[in-house]
Parts: sequence; structure tokens; C-alpha cells
Amino acid sequence: MANKRIDDATGVETVGHEWDGIEELNNPLPRWWLWTFYACIVFAIGYCVVYPAIPMVKSATAGTFGWTSRGALATEMKAADASRAGLRAAIAATSVEQLGADPKLLRAAIEGGRAAFKVNCVQCHGAGAAGAKGYPNLNDDDWLWGGDIATIHQTLEHGVRQPGDDATRMSQMPAFGRDGILTAAQVQDVVSHVRVISGQEKPSASAQRGAKIFAENCVVCHGANGEGNRMVGAPKLSDAIWLYGGDRATLTETVTNARYGVMPAWGARLDPVTVKMLAAYVHSLGGGEATPAPAPQAAPAPAAAAAPQAK
Amino acid sequence: MVSLVTRSGIWFAVLLLAVMASALAKDGGFAIHMAICALAALIGMIVTLRQADVDSIARGILKMPDQGRYDDDPIRWGVIATVFWGMAGFLAGLYIALELTWPQLNLGLEWINFGRLRPLHTSAVIFAFGGNALIATSYYVVQRTCRARLAFPGLARFVFWGYQLFIVLAATGYLLGITQGKEYAEPEWYVDLWLTIVWVAYLAVFVGTIVKRTEPHIYVANWFYLSFILTVAMLHIVNNLNLPVSIFGSKSYPVFAGVQGALVQWWYGHNAVGFFLTAGFLAMMYYFVPKQAERPIYSYRLSIIHFWALIFLYIWAGPHHLHYTALPDWAQTLGMVFSVMLWMPSWGGMINGLMTLNGAWDKIRTDPIIRMFVMSLAFYGMSTFEGPMMSVKAVNSLSHYTDWTIGHVHSGALGWNGMVTFGTLYYLTPRLWNRERLYSLRMVNWHFWLATTGIVFYAASMWVAGITQGLMWREYGPDGYLVNSFAETVAALHPMYALRAFGGLLYLSGATIMAVNITRTILGHTLRDEKPMTETPYDAARDVPLAGAPAHA
Repeated sequence: MANKRIDDATGVETVGHEWDGIEELNNPLPRWWLWTFYACIVFAIGYCVVYPAIPMVKSATAGTFGWTSRGALATEMKAADASRAGLRAAIAATSVEQLGADPKLLRAAIEGGRAAFKVNCVQCHGAGAAGAKGYPNLNDDDWLWGGDIATIHQTLEHGVRQPGDDATRMSQMPAFGRDGILTAAQVQDVVSHVRVISGQEKPSASAQRGAKIFAENCVVCHGANGEGNRMVGAPKLSDAIWLYGGDRATLTETVTNARYGVMPAWGARLDPVTVKMLAAYVHSLGGGEATPAPAPQAAPAPAAAAAPQAK
Repeated sequence: MVSLVTRSGIWFAVLLLAVMASALAKDGGFAIHMAICALAALIGMIVTLRQADVDSIARGILKMPDQGRYDDDPIRWGVIATVFWGMAGFLAGLYIALELTWPQLNLGLEWINFGRLRPLHTSAVIFAFGGNALIATSYYVVQRTCRARLAFPGLARFVFWGYQLFIVLAATGYLLGITQGKEYAEPEWYVDLWLTIVWVAYLAVFVGTIVKRTEPHIYVANWFYLSFILTVAMLHIVNNLNLPVSIFGSKSYPVFAGVQGALVQWWYGHNAVGFFLTAGFLAMMYYFVPKQAERPIYSYRLSIIHFWALIFLYIWAGPHHLHYTALPDWAQTLGMVFSVMLWMPSWGGMINGLMTLNGAWDKIRTDPIIRMFVMSLAFYGMSTFEGPMMSVKAVNSLSHYTDWTIGHVHSGALGWNGMVTFGTLYYLTPRLWNRERLYSLRMVNWHFWLATTGIVFYAASMWVAGITQGLMWREYGPDGYLVNSFAETVAALHPMYALRAFGGLLYLSGATIMAVNITRTILGHTLRDEKPMTETPYDAARDVPLAGAPAHA
């Protein structure tokens, strides 16, 4: 059956088989192909000698240098830790309030905080820390719980409304509509009032009724003029900065069902130095306040807050 | 008559069981799936009872010529199914590329979010488009190279329809949220069982045809087809060893857990690439390239050596998908070195394909189908170099989990699998429907350039995206802290994602032109009025190597 012939175009002999018109030439293996194949096999054998490769009964061959991926990682981590050890020790020994006293240390803390922020915080607060609906913007000077470095540190360490942490930031606004404290019409009146004191609406009859309801129900936390209260994390209502939104629909939703924003207690998740560095970073973003002198709670310009209402 | 009663009785029993399973279903998805099975059984029963001749009905609808020397009807259905599922798969791919660029396109609907459409895309292109192409061409090639009609013609038709049912169950399952969470093996246990039955029937048809061959030797394409069918059966069964929670529910759990489960999954996943997308498509190449070029295969010896080297080495390379994971170091080492050794055996197929054009290289100028084959072999060579390179741990530490992998897969899938399938479809259609030639060769040329440009956009953008991503992930500042947040790396990739979607649009446009061309060829439209492409005369006497040319006066 061998029907060998010389192929005209290439001058190479065929092997003599034919299937549905397809023949095969009897070319040898290309030399470069064969030698590259051999080279790959030699490399493979050499690699298996140097690195762990052959499984035995209890464990695998260890390779020439006893390399392991876990070992390599541990070495790298140790080197990285060692290069930062001095700095971390210095930050650990310094209280957050005093970090600012040493500009070099503060810079290092801020850089470390920036890195930790990118891993742990951007999911809610955004890559630029500008926040999102329900997650505060950390670049401005409007703080729910306080903006000096020690207060920020406290908020980070214990989180917001974290069950199981006794020192967590805790407060809860009543669900005025859902729990029947206010009727739907009354909720609308309060919303009108809030939109007036925040300068978004002109005074109206509804807002006047709302002012009375506000005085009875809201001033305890949000203050007589809606200036907010950092002791309970009650937002300032008389400015243009909104955590959930200042439009009528969102405010109605907020007053009716209340909000219950949470943040993890980072003290339970990260080491103390990293939490300090995060505090330094957040404090450095632009809205950081000076550590207050003995008397806390400096009333922030009541005249300005009252202004829109007076209009 | 007994056989009629028995056969319709079996259909009725299946129908009854499916209706019961649908009624007793623990979850909505399972109920819908069993209803689909019941519908399939009902159609089967009606066809049996009416004693309908499916072949001749299909011949009427699909304008198919009568049976010739070979049993070609299931191949004609397969050609149409390949084009149809290809279009569906490419369209889904374009849509999810756009979803990645503009996530608003999820439209807040769970059925079409990226997580559900992505397996729909991968399964549609690999198993529906690629699988139908493989089944149809294997039927075509095995008959002709064995000079024998298909063994078990009834079973051959069962394989075709059973495989389509598998595709429908898999695709609807993804949209309904039914998945076992294994990449490229997402369908749940009952769909896996069904595919096993279909696949064993496929093996029987293929081996049966080889056994009844009238040729003394088995052609190399058939070695590749057989290795593909056998290995896929083994991979599919082992990777889908699952225990269902309830026989009336879709959920099941795998018997392998943890890192063993991961290793089995990637042993499967990598060899799905190796035996489905490489060995199977090399089989297509080994028949259709020499036929279209009308040239002998370059080297018989190379085909033997690279076949055995390829199938021996491929099966060990899976662990390279699990570099730097909980997988023991020794397994990672072996996964890497077997991948490196795989480089030359893979290239053996490319050499044998490309060098087959020796003596017919001028056809690249005149024959757009040869152009597709050559481009597909070029992409095959590129991606089988890229693969071993990415399996080297030092490279992998940069490339793993990035879009580079996506680019690599697509240069193989769009370039190699897509192009070789297109060329094959263009070769088959006029021959299977007894047409003089394709409706239009110029349109093939358009398809070629759109697809090639599309792949270049796709692969280049994903290389840039992947390397950008890898470098950003590992970038440390002078203080030893990470420089980028994950969200920042995502933002950096956005323009590349848009370019990738554009590449996909070009590729889909090319495929649309193919669908029109093939449809018109099948329907027997008069040939498109166009400038001929094959006018350049071919003079075999002049097409010889310079060195061997005798000196002319």
C-alpha cells in the first residue's frame, strides 16, 4: 500500500498514505524545534532539582536551597517589618495628640494612614475620602462626632454603633413616622422647617408649624437652631452638607424611618499603630481641628446658624 | 411496530418523570429545567408517534440536498448550530464587555448582571459554538478519512439533539442563577449527568466509525478527535463528582473540598483548554488546512511526535492556575515545568499547519479562507508561547488575576479557535449544500479583516490593562506602603475596557457578515456580483524553492 512519490513543489518524498486526498510528506523534525524541546526538558529537570518538586510519602523533595513560598513570603514580610520597626515603635510610644509635635513622625504616620485607608476605608468613604450617601466626607470641616485628632482616633478605635464595644459612638434617632410619633403631615412640616433653616426653601405656613414640632422633638439632639451636637453625633442641619441628602424626599425618608449608620470598630481589626496612623491621615485631610483647650464644646457661631431662620 | 410502541413508551415515561420532577421541585430553577426536559420528551414522542422522518423534514426546511455517499445530515445541522450559537456567544461577550465598562448596563436585573452573563458567554462560545463545530467536523472528517459512513446513525442524531438540550439547560440555568461555581463547568449535577450520556454516545459513534473504516491507517486528525473525546469524558466526570442536596433540587456539593477541589477544578479547566480547544481544533486543522491548500501535510513524523508529546504533557499542566496559593509548592513546580515543556509540542501543530502551505503560499494572496487558516495558526502559535511564559512563576506573579489572562485566553479563542472554525465553516457550507461556491468571497475577506482587527484591539488592550493592573497592585512607595487602592486600579483600566469592547464589536460585525454569507449560500442565492478574488493564476511549475530550481536559459 506504500504509494510513495516525490512531491513536485517541494521535492520531498511522501510517506505513501493517502486519506480523502490528503498525503503526508516525510520531512524530518525541524532541528531547531527538536533542540528547543530538549532544552525545555533540561530546564524542567534542572528546575525540579532546585525547587521542591517530587512528592514523597510524607513531604516533597525540598530542592537545593530549601526554598518554600511561605518561607519566601515570611522573609519579605520580616524585612518590610524591620524597615518600619523604628518608626512604628516611635508612633506606638507617642499619644495621638502629641504626634503633631514631631513633624517627621507625623508625616510618616500620615503616609502609613494613607496606605491603610486605601485598603480598609475607601470602600465606603471613597478613594478621595469624599464620602458617599450615608458615608461622611472626611475632607471638610463638618464633623459628626468631632474633628480633633483624639476624637477621630476614638471614633476609629471603637467604631460607630458597633454592638459589643462599650465605648462605641452610640445614638439613635427615633423613627418619627414609622413609630407613629408624628403624622405624615407633621413629618412634612418638620421637613419644611429643616429645609428653611438650611436655606433651601422660603419660609411657609408648613415650615412655621414645623418649627414648633422641631422645638418639641428635635432640638434635644440637633439644637435649637439645628446646629447639631457632637456628643450624640447629631448632624448640623443648618448648612449645605448632607449625610443622606437634603432634598424633600430624602429628608422625609430620614425623619420617617430614621438612619442608623455604622462603622467597624477598627481597634478590634487593626493594630493600635495603624489606627493611630489612620487618625493622623484623616485629620490631615483638610478639616482636622486643633486639639481643644480644657473647655470642650466651643459653641460654633450661633449667630450664623440662626441667620437663615431669621430671614 | 413493536419498536414504535417501545420508543414512544420510553418518551412517554421520560415525559411523565420530567413532569413529576417539575411538580415536586424544591426550587423554581429546577422546575423550569424539568419543564424544558418534559417539552423535549413531548417533542420526541410526537415525532415518534407520527413516524416523522426528521431528516427529510429538516432537508426541506434547511434546503439540504439528499444524502450522498456519507451521512451528512447531522453535519449540516451542526454547521447551522455553530453559526447560531457563535452569534449568541459573541453578542453576550460584547454585552458583558460593555457591562464591565459601564456597569449601569446591568440595569439592576439579576438575570443579566455580569456574574450570570459571563458563564453564559464562556459556555456559549466554548461549548455551544466550539462544541458544535467539533462534533460536526468530527462526523465529517471521520467519515471521509475512514471512507465509511457514520456508525449508529440514530445515535449520531441523538448526540446532536442531546447536545443542544444540554446547551439550552446550561444557558437558561445561568440566567436563573443555577451554578455549581466551577469555571467552565457551571451546570449543576443533573445537566452534568445528561452531558455524560450524550458524550458516551458521541464516543460510541466516533469509535464505531473508526472501527468500520476501509482505510488501513487512522489519519492524524482522528487521533486528535479521539483524544479530545476520551479526555473530555474523563475530565467532565471527575470534576463533576457531586452529591445533590435533593434529587428534586438543583443544588449539589462537590466531593472534593478545599485545595483538592481547586486542583481538580483546574486540572479540568486547563485540560478543557488543552483537549477541547487545542486537540479538537488541531484535528480540524489537520483535515481542513491540507484540503483547502490542496497540499500534503508537512511532516508525518512531526505529527506523531507532537501528538504524543502534547497529550502526555498537557494533562499535568493544570496546577499553573494555582501559583502562589494554598497548593503545595511541589505541585506548583510541576505545573510550571510541564507547561514549559509543552511549548514545543504545541508549536509542532503550528509548524505542521503552516508548512503545509509550502508550495502554495501564493494562496494567501488569493484565497481568503486560507488567509483565515494561516491567521488562526499564527494566533495559535502566539498563545501557545504566551501560555508557557505566563506559567513561569516570576511572570505569573505579575500576570495572575489580571486582565492579561483574559487577553491571553481571547487571543487563543478569537484568533485560533474562532478563525479556524470560520475557515472550516466556509469550506464546509458549499460542499454540504452542493453549491458551486460560497455566496461571496469578498465578504469572507471582510470578515477576515474585521476579525483580525478586532482581535488586535482586544488582545492589545488587555495586555496593557493586565500589565497596568499587575504593576499597580504591587507598587510600593518609599515608605514601604502600597501606593494604589483597588478602586484606583479599576479606574485606570476604564479606557482599556472601552477599547476591548470596541474590539469585540469588530469581531461580532465580522461574524455577522459570515452569518449572512453562509445563510445565502445555504438558501442558494445567486452568487454575489463582485470582483473575483481568485483570479491570480496559479502556476505550480514556477512555485518551487529557488535553490532547487534548474537554471533556465
